[in-house]
Amino acid sequence: MSKALLYDSTLCIGCKQCEQACATQNVLPYNDSIAGEEFQSAHKLTAVLTRGDKFMRRLCMHCQRPACASVCPVGAFHKTKEGPVVYDVWKCIGCRYCMAACPFSQPKYEWGSLNPRVRKCIMCPERVTAGQQTACAEICPTGATKFGERDDLVREAQDRLKQNPSNYKPRIYGLHEVGGTSVLILAGVDVEEFGYPASEKIGDVPLPEYTGKVMERIPDFIPVWSLVLGGIYWISHRRAEVAAAEAEEKKNGSAR
Amino acid sequence: MKIKFTFWKAVFLVIMALGLYSTYVRYLHGLGAVSNMTDQFPWGFWIGFDCLCGVMLAAGGFCMVGAVYLFNVESLHSVVRPAVLTAFLGYLLFIVGLLFDLGRPWFIWHQLIYMNPHSVMFEVGFCVMTYTTVLFFEFLPNVFERLNWKTPIKWIHKIYPILIVLGILLSTLHQSSLGSLYLIMPSKLHPFWYSPALPFFFFGSAVAVGLAMTIFESTQSAKALGRHLELPVLVQLGGALLVALWVNALLRFEDFFHRGLLRQILQPSYEAYFLWLELALSFVIPIVLLSFKKVRLSPNGLYLASVISLFGFITNRLNVSLIGFETYVGHHYVPKWTEFSVTLMIVALGFALFRVAVEHLPIFPKNDLVAAHNVAASRPGVSLTSAVLEHAGD
Repeated sequence: MSKALLYDSTLCIGCKQCEQACATQNVLPYNDSIAGEEFQSAHKLTAVLTRGDKFMRRLCMHCQRPACASVCPVGAFHKTKEGPVVYDVWKCIGCRYCMAACPFSQPKYEWGSLNPRVRKCIMCPERVTAGQQTACAEICPTGATKFGERDDLVREAQDRLKQNPSNYKPRIYGLHEVGGTSVLILAGVDVEEFGYPASEKIGDVPLPEYTGKVMERIPDFIPVWSLVLGGIYWISHRRAEVAAAEAEEKKNGSAR
Repeated sequence: MKIKFTFWKAVFLVIMALGLYSTYVRYLHGLGAVSNMTDQFPWGFWIGFDCLCGVMLAAGGFCMVGAVYLFNVESLHSVVRPAVLTAFLGYLLFIVGLLFDLGRPWFIWHQLIYMNPHSVMFEVGFCVMTYTTVLFFEFLPNVFERLNWKTPIKWIHKIYPILIVLGILLSTLHQSSLGSLYLIMPSKLHPFWYSPALPFFFFGSAVAVGLAMTIFESTQSAKALGRHLELPVLVQLGGALLVALWVNALLRFEDFFHRGLLRQILQPSYEAYFLWLELALSFVIPIVLLSFKKVRLSPNGLYLASVISLFGFITNRLNVSLIGFETYVGHHYVPKWTEFSVTLMIVALGFALFRVAVEHLPIFPKNDLVAAHNVAASRPGVSLTSAVLEHAGD
């Protein structure tokens, strides 16, 4: 029962109304010069990129098993059961591990602020829990960004690929990448051209599993290693004691 | 002598002034104004040098405590106190460095209440916090001895076995975990440095650096404080360093071999140049040097080999944290001068504190200290430089 967004770049006309709706929703400034910025930042959480007559939207992918949530030392990120990956600013200490770990480089930072926040698309969690669709999906005039149940959207994407195979590259980006994401992308061109990381590069394994393999051993490692260290301490000191006692005995023996 | 004194004092003051200016910019205009970090390069020089290298260079503490108290190698007893002092100062200054790098340092204590057990960063933070406390207790006897307080020394001696085991356990965990931090970035970090074995490399190199750092530190303080150089101690450490370097080198070779990179690392590329530099400095040159008995028995030879390997491992940490990301990001990251000046200020603080501690606490054996004080007082310039180098990682 988790919600998702399906972005079909072949339907996108590059009107950037999603950018504007996003800015309004997140109380961010929006004007012509910001509209012209072809990259995301702390004040532009989603961006529609243009290459000739092709458009591509970039936004947080809302991974099923998000790296940002797993690396945050204070648990400021978490995946809600409805789908959005949200951020609790009051917990954040500003270590920026989320930014370093995100395979899509989505978290951005308020570098100029004295009490900086990490900013990224949070998939309008209040709207989603209230049963509404996200601001970007609601405003989209062509249905290029569509909000719904993830399972339904996957099925719909597969249907579109089947019905118009010539329009699309034959894959749903986000279906399996890093264990699946809550943003699914259909495109007539390779999404990599617009800065998305290549599927084979990020793989299908959820990233938290890479660290999980090490972290899950720690509860066993601590008692075992403590015992080994304690044992070494005991043996080496016992040896010194025995050697000292023997030397003492020898001295007494020769004296007698 | 007079001129030299004022010259080094001037250098110190300039470093502090520039550092304070950068501190002012950092806390009044934010991270963006003081650093060249960007959304693409969220971790810069402060993480790469102050944190990764700082913790690595402070590894001498747990290595020497382990050798002397755990394995009961009594011949190394004289180097434990300076090693523990360096480690204690190193970790304190690492925390100071963190207060600059964190975006919201006033919430650093959140680590204690909003714990995320899945986060490597949480584990590192928690271990560093606990280990600094352990180091504080390992350092306390110096103060008690100075004040001639007999009873508290007895108490500390009672809990010493626990402190020792705890200290080494925590060091094993966080030294290796600094490598685990990067395990979650397989698509970002260049394959030369991304390896599933990163935690092993970080721990293994910390042991080698601990040995090299102790040789370096002993030689420097002997020179600066006019103490007798304990050659047998250095020779013993040098032998251990050679073994540690071999183990590390073989681990790295195995890793390159298993991941099929041997051909690729030989082909010239931007990353390959930095890898060559790292491998030459950390392994090839010091191993070749230390393989000669003549070098292994000479104080200058041991010193040179140690310093070269230290530069090698510093290169390794900077490669992992900075150079290894440049291809992914698509542009270079060069730290802003204010980033360097903050680091320099912290390093300068480190040497000042080390100097104060050595002068006022029984860090070195007593009869040495009297001579030391006189010589040091007349040669502040020399000790200043040595101390600067000594804390180059903090």
